[in-house]
Amino acid sequence: MTAFFQTLGMSFEWAWFVATICGILLIALPLLLGVAMIIYADRKIWAAMALRRGPNVVGPFGLLQSFADGLKVFLQETIVPSAANKGIFLIAPVVTFTVALLAWAVIPFNSGAVLADINVGLLYVLAISSLGVYGTVMAGWASNSKYPFFSAMRASAQMISYEVSIGFILICVVLWAGTFNLNDIVKAQQGHVLGLFNGFAFNPLLFPMWVMFLISGMAETQRAPFDLTEAESELVAGYQTEYSSMAFAAYWLGEYANVLLMCALNATLFFGGWLPPLDIPVLYLVPGFVWLLLKILFFFFVFSWVKATVPRYRYDQLMRLGWKVFLPVSLGFVVLVSGYLMATGHFA
Amino acid sequence: MIHVIAFYLFAVMTVGSGAITILSRNPVHSVLWLILAFFNAAGLMILVGAEFIAMLLVIVYVGAVAVLFLFVVMMLDIDFAELRAGFVRYFPFGALVAIVLLAEIVLGIGAYRAGALRLGTPDGTAATPAGASNIEAIGALLYTRYLFLFEAAGVVLLVAMIGAIVLTHRQRTDVRGQKVSKQIARRPDEATVNVKPEVGKGVSL
Repeated sequence: MTAFFQTLGMSFEWAWFVATICGILLIALPLLLGVAMIIYADRKIWAAMALRRGPNVVGPFGLLQSFADGLKVFLQETIVPSAANKGIFLIAPVVTFTVALLAWAVIPFNSGAVLADINVGLLYVLAISSLGVYGTVMAGWASNSKYPFFSAMRASAQMISYEVSIGFILICVVLWAGTFNLNDIVKAQQGHVLGLFNGFAFNPLLFPMWVMFLISGMAETQRAPFDLTEAESELVAGYQTEYSSMAFAAYWLGEYANVLLMCALNATLFFGGWLPPLDIPVLYLVPGFVWLLLKILFFFFVFSWVKATVPRYRYDQLMRLGWKVFLPVSLGFVVLVSGYLMATGHFA
Repeated sequence: MIHVIAFYLFAVMTVGSGAITILSRNPVHSVLWLILAFFNAAGLMILVGAEFIAMLLVIVYVGAVAVLFLFVVMMLDIDFAELRAGFVRYFPFGALVAIVLLAEIVLGIGAYRAGALRLGTPDGTAATPAGASNIEAIGALLYTRYLFLFEAAGVVLLVAMIGAIVLTHRQRTDVRGQKVSKQIARRPDEATVNVKPEVGKGVSL
C-alpha cells in the first residue's frame, strides 16, 4: 500500500505513514463491526442451545440488537464511584479495549496481507496478550470495592498460569514451522500432512497441542467455563461491577475482540490461516481472507458451544488444570516434538 | 525523521515515567508508571534493531514480573507517614547506592566508548549478522559459543525455584483436597449398593 501512496507523489515516509493509518482503519473498523455482530451470534447460539429464541425484536431476526445495546449504553450516565481512584478507573477500560485491537496488527489475512510483517510476530502476540491482564487488574484495584478486587486477584493469577503453557505450545509450533513470522507459519502448513491437509492440527504430534491451546485460549480470554473473574454467582460482575455506560461497553467490546483474536490465532497457528483446509488447487480460487473468516467463525461457534454447555470451573480446579496438567504435558510435548524433528532431520 | 521523533518520544517517556515511579506517592501508581517505563524501553530496543530483546522485555517484565509486583503491592496496606519518617536517617545510605550505580554506569559507558567491550557497534546499533534475523543470530550464539553459560544460568534458576518451593512448602494434613484420579477411577458398582429393605426396617450402611 505504501507504493500506491508513493505513486500519488508523497515521499516514502509520508506514504508509509498514510498507508499504515489506512491499514489500521481497514482492520479496526471491520473488526468493531464484526464484534457487534459476533455478540449477536453468541447470544443466538447460546439461546438455541437453551431452546430459547434469543434476540429477535430489533431489526430483521434481531440483527440490530447489538447496535441498539450500543446506543443504550452510549446514552447512559458514566458513574465514577466516589471512593474510586478516578484516573486509573477511567484508563482501565481503555487499556483493555486498546490491547484487544493491538494484536491484530500481525494476523495475516491473505498471503502477505498483514499490517506489520515482523519476524517476531508470534512473540508480539504473546507480549500483547500478556498485557490484557492490566485492564482487569487496574479496574479491580481502582474500583476500591470488594468484588472487583477479588476478580482482579483471580485474573492476574489465572492469566499468568495459562500463559506459561501457551508459551510452550507455541514453541512446538515454532519448532515445526522454523519461524516466528505468522505469515511464514501459515505457509509452512501448506500440505503439511500427507501433502493434502493444510494445518498443523492434522499432525498427530501437534493435535494434542491444538486441543490444549483451545482450552488455554478460553482460560486466557476468561470465557466460560473459565470466567471466574466475572462469576456472577460469587462476584456480582467481577471487575466490571462498578462500571457503567461506555466504560462498560469498552470492556464488553474488548472481551469479544479478544475472543475473536483467540479464534484467529487458533486458525492461523493450527488450521492454516488463510489457506484452504485441503491442498487442492481449485480451493485456492476462493480468496484467502474468506477461508480465514470461515475458520474464525467456526472457532467462535466452538467457544459459544462450550460456553453454553460446560459448567464453570472451581478456582482450585482451574489452577490444577493449568499447573498440574497443561504445564507438564506441554513441556513434555516440547521435548517430544523437538526430539522427533531432530530424529527425522527436519533441521538439517 | 520518524525514527528521530520515535526516539525522542520513547526516551522522554522512559525517563519521565521512571522519575514519576520514584516520586509517586501511591505505590500502585508507581508500579503502573514502571510498566510504562518498561514499555518505552522496549520501544527504544526496537529502534536499535533488537526486536527480540524488546519482545522479551515486554513478555517477561511487563507480562510476568510487573503483574506479580502489582499483585503484591495492591494488597499492601502502606502507611505513607511511617515510610517518610525514616527519610533523613536513610538518606546517606540511599545517596551511597546512587553514587555506586552512577559510577557503574559511567564506567560501563566509558569502557564501551573506549572500545574495551565488544558489544555491537559504537554508533549504538546492535550488530546483527547480515542476512540473519535477531532470533537466529542470538540462537546461533547462545547454543554454540555460550552453551555452557546458558545451561549454567538455567541450573541456577532451577536451584532458585527449588529453594523457593522448599522454603514455602508445608505439609498440611487437615486439608480435604480434590483427588481427581480417585474420582475418575470410581466405578458405579463399587460406589453404589442395591438393597431391598423389608418394609418398616431401616438400612444399615
